[in-house]
Formats: sequence, C-alpha cells, structure tokens
Amino acid sequence: MSRDFPVEKYDKDFLLKLLRDMVLIRRVEEKAGQMYGLQKIGGFCHLYIGQEAVATGSIAAIDLSKDYVLTTYRDHGHALVCGMDPGVLIAELFGKVTGCSKGKGGSMHLFDAENHMYGGHGIVGSHIPLATGVALKIKYKEEDGVVLCYFGDGAIHQGAFHESLNMAKIWNLPIVYICENNQYGMGTNYQRVSSVHDFYIMSNSYGIPGKQVDGMNVLEVYEETKKAVKQAREQGLPSFLEIKTYRYRGHSMSDPAKYRTREELEEYRQQDPILLFKNAMVEKNILTEEEYKRIDDECKKVANQAVEFAEKSEEPGLEALYEDVLA
Amino acid sequence: MPIITYREALRSAMDEEMARDENVILLGEEVGQYDGAYKVSQGLLDKYGPKRVIDTPITEEGFTGVGIGAAMAGLRPIVEWMTFNFSIMALDQVINNAAKMRYMSGGQFKVPIVFRGPNGPAEYLAAQHSQALQTLFVHIPGLKVVAPATPYDAKGLLKSAIRDDNPVVFLEGELMYAWQGEVPEEEYLIPIGKADIKREGSDVTIITYSKPLRVVEQAAQELEKQGIQAEIVDLRSLRPLDEETIYNSVKKTNRCVIVDESWPMVSVASHVGWMVSRYCFDYLDAPVELVTSEDVPMPYNHKLELAAQPSVEKVINGVKKVLYI
Repeated sequence: MSRDFPVEKYDKDFLLKLLRDMVLIRRVEEKAGQMYGLQKIGGFCHLYIGQEAVATGSIAAIDLSKDYVLTTYRDHGHALVCGMDPGVLIAELFGKVTGCSKGKGGSMHLFDAENHMYGGHGIVGSHIPLATGVALKIKYKEEDGVVLCYFGDGAIHQGAFHESLNMAKIWNLPIVYICENNQYGMGTNYQRVSSVHDFYIMSNSYGIPGKQVDGMNVLEVYEETKKAVKQAREQGLPSFLEIKTYRYRGHSMSDPAKYRTREELEEYRQQDPILLFKNAMVEKNILTEEEYKRIDDECKKVANQAVEFAEKSEEPGLEALYEDVLA
Repeated sequence: MPIITYREALRSAMDEEMARDENVILLGEEVGQYDGAYKVSQGLLDKYGPKRVIDTPITEEGFTGVGIGAAMAGLRPIVEWMTFNFSIMALDQVINNAAKMRYMSGGQFKVPIVFRGPNGPAEYLAAQHSQALQTLFVHIPGLKVVAPATPYDAKGLLKSAIRDDNPVVFLEGELMYAWQGEVPEEEYLIPIGKADIKREGSDVTIITYSKPLRVVEQAAQELEKQGIQAEIVDLRSLRPLDEETIYNSVKKTNRCVIVDESWPMVSVASHVGWMVSRYCFDYLDAPVELVTSEDVPMPYNHKLELAAQPSVEKVINGVKKVLYI
C-alpha cells in the first residue's frame, strides 16, 4: 500500500505534536504491558500499540474545550491525547487513589471529565448511545461542540450502533462515529462475522455518509476527521469513518493472539504508523534522527516517571468502597 | 383539595419541573404527537415543543442510552418506557451505564435521570406485557427505585426524582393511571426513601407498595369488620428502603405480612421479610408471611390472571395465618 505523507504542508510544531503523541502512547503502553507482566496491573488490560495514529490524528482535529470524546475499554491512547497525565493514567491501572477514577475504574474505565474525555467503557457498543446523548445535549444547548465516538469492528454489529446512527440522523446530531477496524473482535477476524467487509458503507443505510480511512497514516486520519468535524459543527450532520488499523498485541494482555500468523503481524509492523510518519518527516528534512531520538527518550522518561508516580501512590482507603455509589 | 387522577398527578409533576428547569426534557416512544401511550404526557408537546418533548423510534436501548449520555453532559432527562416490559431491552444501559458511571469514574460524573412508565400486571395482556420487574432494578447499587400508589405520592415523588442527581427508576401502573386522589394545588415534594403509614392499626403490620395497596386497603376494611386492626405501611421507595418505619410498625404490632405483586423468589417481599425477621426477631409473635404473585408467567385468561396475583382473600388469609386464627 502506497501512502502519501504531505508533511511539507504543515507547521513543524503541529507535526512534532502528532509524532510525540504517538510515541508517548507507544512508550506508555509498552510500560503498561511490562507492568502487567510484573503483576502490578490486574484484570483486563487492552493495549493500543499499532493503533496510535487513530486517536492521535482524530483528536488533533477537535477542540476539547467544547468537543467530547467517548471510547471503548481500549482507552489509554485516547486518554493521553485528551491530555490525561500519564502518571494519573498508570496510577489508575495500578488501582491507586491518585488514578483518574481513584483506582475504582481500572484500565477499562479511564475518565477525565475536565478534558471532556467521557470514558473508557467496558461493554462492547454500549457507549455509542451515550455519545449520541452527549451530542443531543450539545444540540439542545445550542453549543458549538462535536462528539467523537470510537468503537471497534466488534461493536459494529451491536444494535446500539445501528439504533444510535438512526437517531443521530433523524435529529441531526453533531457527532462523528469512528470505527477503529483493527480487524479482530477479540480473536475473530471481522470478515468471518460480517455480512459486509467494508464497514464504511453501513452508515449509508441511515443516510449518513461513510468513508474508509487509512489508520496507519496519521495525517490522513487528521484530514478526514477534520472534514467530518467541520460538517458536524457547521451543519449539525453526523458522519461515519471506518479507520483501518491493526493492533500488534493480543486483544488483552491474556490473549496470545494465536488466531493470526507471524507473517501477518510482521507485514503490519512494516506499516507502523510512527515509523512511516517519522520516515516521511526525515525524508523531507523536517526532522533528524537525533531529534526523533530526543522525542523518544523524553517519552520513555515520561513513561518511567508515570510508573514511579503510580508506585509511590497510596491505595484507596477501605472507606472508598462506599463512596460515589450515589451523588 | 382538588381530586385528580394518578395520570394527571404525574403530568403535573413533569409540567412543573419542566417549567422550573429548562434542562428537564422528556423522551420516549409516543410521548409527543401521540400525547403518550397512556396519555401521561398529554399536552406537554404543545406547551414545551419538540425540542423538549422528543418522540423516539422504538429503540429502547438506544434512547435510554441517549438519555444517560445527555444526563452525564448536564441535562436532566425523563425517559419514558411505554411499559417496563420493554425496559428489558434497555437493561444494559441502566445497569452498566446509568448505575455505575459515578462509581467507576471515581465520582467525576452524576447521572440525573428518571426512567418511568407502567410496571406490573395489567389485564388481558399475557406473559410478555404483564409483569412486575422491580426486582431487576432494586438489586442494583447506584439506582434509586420509587413505586408510589396514590396520586399525591406520585406527584411529590416524581418531582423529587426529577430533581435528584442520581438515576431514579420510577414505577407506575397501567391500571393505576385512572385512580383518583386528593392532590393540593400548592407545590410539595415527597422525599425519596420515606415510607408512609396509610392506615394505623395495632394487630398486624401489612407492608406493601404500588398497585397492591388497594387490595390491602380492602382487606384491612374486611378485617376491621372481624375486629382486626391492620396497620398498612406503604413503602413508596424500594431503594433506599425506610427501615425505621418498617421496624417501628412491626415492633408495635408484633406481626407482619408483606404483599408484593412481583414473583416470590429474590423479591422486595423476600428481602423485607428477611430484614423484619432479622431485626424484629424478638418482637415477632409469628413468622413473617409473604403474599406475592404466583411463581408462573402471567396467563391471558382473566380468571387465571387474577388467580396469579395477590387478592383481598389472599391478604386476609395471610393476616389470619400470622394471627393464628
């Protein structure tokens, strides 16, 4: 697959921000995987490695002072790009009181209300109506915001997806539905369980335009999201993006991913979203290898510091068990 | 004091709260142009317009979730389920999203939303349209559950539910909408979590809530003719429960019958029965008796469907059992 990275058209600071966001996700996720192996993190832990360009490129196209993000349990990347402190994130994975959800949500339930990151949801497809409701609020209050609603290829057959698209269209809600098609719903390849193999056409059933986007190209993700967001913001029209991507790790940390071949994984590693973007910048003399190494070192340091913060943080007191059941 | 129907009391509560707070919206199937499947929302579309009274497609999971998302973002939606039978389609939204959002976000969100509609057996509707499902909701931490039986309680509790910052499941009843009762013209609120003594008595406590209240009141009148004074405790709120009022009554009468139109296994009745047995043990002169619906799906045939539910006769028999007569 040939890819176009017209990096020369962008401001260098913007490109560096995209690059750093992706590298930070990669390094924080690697750290999370490592800490899971050390049993510092329990339960389910779904890593975002390989999919970094999706959250990075799309969230770069919105303004979180008025826009909103809702996503699935594979939520670490989105939380970081929305501005969650990596220490607060890792502390939540460690179940510490300094975590974003005070250690009561864990990996799957990252929330950052202040930065309009509205979760972090554990039931496949169940948050799609919630995101649609946030868009209803924006329209009701006559605000200028837009909602980005992320979900995986596994969620697209849930009724909640179809019910939500129908309502978003009849009420003209400012929302962009983003299917991160990483090709596997847990261990099942999407082609085995889908009546159509190009998901982007599915929204046409509801009168909503759909588009397929290369999720390994952060600039394409950014540009296509920007168009969809503009349409939502200015005309109040919902839209749908199928962003094709790939996760390098298993569904969760406990999944050895035996359902795919080593060759397939290797093929996608050659299309690494960070590598492709970095190389394009280097080729066009916008970035040097030294500069890249500095960014990478800095992100590694931030990830290490995040772990240190989480390690040093306290566990919640037993009284927290009964807190925040009700408002 | 003016006498109005249960339906009018609910409508008046929504009307007053929508006038008071522009964040209150109503959404559900047929709530707008059709004026409500049971006419509870009659006239609200004309008064508040389609922006605030929103007709939805028949997608219970979808519009329930839309309400919850809007509540997370600052609105105060009232979601009408045409009946609670259809709420089963939306259970994931209520149990996994509405009830847990605050807890799993470490208190970052509140979910001020009301889920309301008719629950419990009606008439000639058979198994899928005639069932009492409160147990499903009462079981879940993070929800409040309210089940008023009179127009007065319905209005005061619905206003409190709409103002509450938590998800409140509000149980009404098809056969109750036409019930009449006194409701003052001036504004009042009834706090969630307070039971009400509907009749004072000294010989036996009958605990009930929602539609069976009428059956219990008739039974109490019959019992009075036989010289038995029954005290009726109307729970009104199922979560939280007003334990104090329950225990004080049982400690006074020393005998307890619980009347509940849901099924007997793992029900409000069985839970309250356990609580009374546990916390009033030394005061009880007889084991606690339960009068519930029969442990069967609802049949269509009228004779059979009446036989499936609590009746005046069953309540009287229950009382006589705890009185050993």
